[in-house]
Amino acid sequence: MSQPLMEIRNATKIYGGGFLQSGDQVIALQDFSLTIDEKPAMITTIAGESGSGKTTLANLILGFISLTSGQILYKGQDIAILKGAQRFEYRREVQAVFQDPYEVYNPFYRIKHIFDLVIKNFKLARNKRKAREVIEEALKVVGMRGEEVLEKYPHQLSGGQRQRMMVARAFMLQPRLIVADEPVSMVDASLRAMILDIMLRMRDEHNISFLYITHDLSTAYQIGDQIYILYQGIVAEKGDTAAVIENPKHPYVQLLISSIPVPDPSQRWDTNISLPPEEELRGQVKSGCRFYPRCPYRMDRCLIERPPLCNIAGGAHAVACYLYE
Amino acid sequence: MATATAEQTVARKAPRINLWDYPWLNPKLLMGGTLVILILVMGLIGPLFWDVTQARVATSPLNLPPFWMKESDLHPPGDPAHPLGTDNSGRDMLALIITGGPSSLRVGFIAAGVGMTVGIILGFTSGFLGGWVDNVIRTIGDAWVTVPSLAVLIVLAAYMRPTVTTMAFLLAAFSWAGPTRLIRAQALSMREQGYVRMARLAGSSTISIMFREMMPNLLPYLAASLAGNISGAILAATGLEALGLGPTRVPTLGMTIYYSIRASAILRGMWWWWGFPIVVLVVIFTGFFLVAIGLDEIANPRLRGLQAT
Amino acid sequence: MTVVRNDDWDVVLNVKNLRVHYATPLGDVIACNGVNFDVYRGETLGLVGESGCGKTTAAMGILRLVPPPGRIVHGQVLLDGTDVMSLDEGELRQVRWRQIALIPQGAMNSLNPVMRIKNQIADGIETHEGRQPRAALRERIVELLNTVGLPSRVYSMYPHELSGGMKQRVCIAMAIALHPSLVIADEPTSALDVVVQRVVAQTLLDVKERLNVSMILIGHDMGLQAQLVDRIAVMYAGNIVEIAPVKEIFGESLHPYTQLLIESIPSIKERKPLKVTAGLTHDLRNPPPGCIFHPRCLYAMDRCRTDVPPLRELAPKHRVACHLY
Repeated sequence: MSQPLMEIRNATKIYGGGFLQSGDQVIALQDFSLTIDEKPAMITTIAGESGSGKTTLANLILGFISLTSGQILYKGQDIAILKGAQRFEYRREVQAVFQDPYEVYNPFYRIKHIFDLVIKNFKLARNKRKAREVIEEALKVVGMRGEEVLEKYPHQLSGGQRQRMMVARAFMLQPRLIVADEPVSMVDASLRAMILDIMLRMRDEHNISFLYITHDLSTAYQIGDQIYILYQGIVAEKGDTAAVIENPKHPYVQLLISSIPVPDPSQRWDTNISLPPEEELRGQVKSGCRFYPRCPYRMDRCLIERPPLCNIAGGAHAVACYLYE
Repeated sequence: MATATAEQTVARKAPRINLWDYPWLNPKLLMGGTLVILILVMGLIGPLFWDVTQARVATSPLNLPPFWMKESDLHPPGDPAHPLGTDNSGRDMLALIITGGPSSLRVGFIAAGVGMTVGIILGFTSGFLGGWVDNVIRTIGDAWVTVPSLAVLIVLAAYMRPTVTTMAFLLAAFSWAGPTRLIRAQALSMREQGYVRMARLAGSSTISIMFREMMPNLLPYLAASLAGNISGAILAATGLEALGLGPTRVPTLGMTIYYSIRASAILRGMWWWWGFPIVVLVVIFTGFFLVAIGLDEIANPRLRGLQAT
Repeated sequence: MTVVRNDDWDVVLNVKNLRVHYATPLGDVIACNGVNFDVYRGETLGLVGESGCGKTTAAMGILRLVPPPGRIVHGQVLLDGTDVMSLDEGELRQVRWRQIALIPQGAMNSLNPVMRIKNQIADGIETHEGRQPRAALRERIVELLNTVGLPSRVYSMYPHELSGGMKQRVCIAMAIALHPSLVIADEPTSALDVVVQRVVAQTLLDVKERLNVSMILIGHDMGLQAQLVDRIAVMYAGNIVEIAPVKEIFGESLHPYTQLLIESIPSIKERKPLKVTAGLTHDLRNPPPGCIFHPRCLYAMDRCRTDVPPLRELAPKHRVACHLY
């Protein structure tokens, strides 16, 4: 029974509301817990809309911001106290691919700069020849060749190519976990499948786990193993991807899934149902369930205390709603 | 109906050299640079062709106008031996501007150079590191900016009677705060850029990120800022000199203007005395101004006009 | 005013052979290469394609709003019989907003942050109709807001007090303020969350039915198109490759590119293996000879490399530009 690869325990991140600061507190993430096992490699989806906290989670895991409370443990160690060589190891094993394939490249340098940086800092190769080999191997995984792209400038490549290079760069370090923050939302529709396919192959052939962060439930449904659906910083529903999406229980998730436009003209939205009012602009710290203002099944109880996650149907599916206690 | 693709031949062939692949060939930059280099060159090779010791007092006949002027009530005829005329102490004008022009440039380069260097170091550190370091540097810088530099400089210069180099360092002491603020602002915004985050993920150290990732993209902006600062320093120095607070042993443009005012050159119709130094100053300022806006256009492609996409 | 008849339907807009080029130092980019389509009265036409295919440029071309370095090289746009291309500036300004209205991309972010909503809408109305009596104008604006489903209190609010979906609906209200016969909506829901997107989309439908406006809906989300439009025109690299009723596009599309687009849509209903496609779009400055799609087409024949296929009607109201037929 090995320890999990990554364990997040009750992570909470609150912005603002301090002594000298104006404005209300914003709870970006509250009591978030997650476990990723070392084997088998899995794609865990964190799904949510804007303001759900998913980007905050990515930044916390990658160490760009720090927690207000709670812990993030990597191989049993709290990442907040990692120093020196251990921190370096963490950097190596947890990599990222971001949403925007344009701004992640320094326009001053050629493409190979991103690979050179990694090779130099992590000492992946002793000389130029070996370095080139390492790069070519990484490029092969994403279906490209060095001579086609390395000497070019970022603006000379398409968005899809740039995004694939980013995946290759992450792969080069042989990480254990890649945090992919909306990796395909800025890529053309017909090229998305290619990048998602690369992710699947990396999971199956190289044992790399992914944290796939997205707002697009359709792609999550196609490639995710496990899913966590966030709403305003808390987990509304989580579990096996197929179970959650085919059989959503939480009222918010039900609303979400039924609102996804189905690409079939004979299955149009039921325009007769009345939709809940739009979200008020966020700011106030609320007590009770976050979805209360918009929930068609709300009870008085929901306003007093936030519903905890309860398991349904034997553990692979959990919902945070009093309807299922 | 979609018709044949004859229209595809409408696509024009572009000229061989175009501004997109060679942004450094910006016309304003080139023109401005030429002007500044002209002055420099004049200072370097001028002494080879012209006896600059004539810039000293009492080396030439007094009050001569430029060589093309005929005799008049106010002055004797011009002499080709002193093509730009002389002043009332016998200094040759041509010699004066050959030595004075580069001297002004030197003040500008040193003052702005030192100010910029300090500004880069402090601004980057402050912007990138944040926290208490940022607070300290920012407070000192902001306070320093409010000090009335001209007033303090006048007092110091009157007291110290500085040489050209000393004056340059004095000016530098007052010119570091502006660049610090600007560079701090740039560093703050660049810190959140995607490629900076990628560099952090790739394990690069903070110093490495500052100088290898952020600096190269800042260079045109820094250079433009430097050009502006040099201009400002020269203006401040010339201003102090025109008030009579500059070095007396070495000929400078500002002091020349000062003497001309003191000797009522305008009333006496000796326009060449203050005229030629002003021409040189105009060339210098115009040059730096063009360099600055040329670099601005390079750094910011949107300024290149409607041609930009 | 003559009216072009076609199958007993009124044609509100008739675009003939529209060509728009963008000048760049390395040659003209051919953004629209002879675009032809009609919009019938009361229908919604979807204009789809990936980024860079020219759909926004076509919309701008119709209104003669192409920004430099772009220019309209050729074309006729018949709006209720009048050729928009032949109008002078004064007449054009009468046509814009009164007969054709545009909801541009990112409209919700372009609302003036220092003006109240009432003033922004009033501005639009008064610019075209002269000063209006205060009370009547107020009633008119409140009615407009209600038509798009916004509460009356929005009348005196500022844009930053509204959520994204509400701002977008304000933009819709502005577009229909003068009862145009045609509304062009460019990616009206692209930056919105799924549930909000549904609300805004349903608002559009509602508005269209109540006011009987014709609409051109530009987008790349095929799911959304399936929910909203009557006919779809598919664009690829500046050319229209297929126009057909929406059921036929999703059911039996004929052009290989349309089929590719449909297959790339990740489904929310069933999990199936991803369809990976290769291929890079060509440089828009040097389009390939013959059919614009042949470098990526699985069925490319010799003929496709040399002859440009014309847009031909193969079934009632179903036109395709392909040599396969």
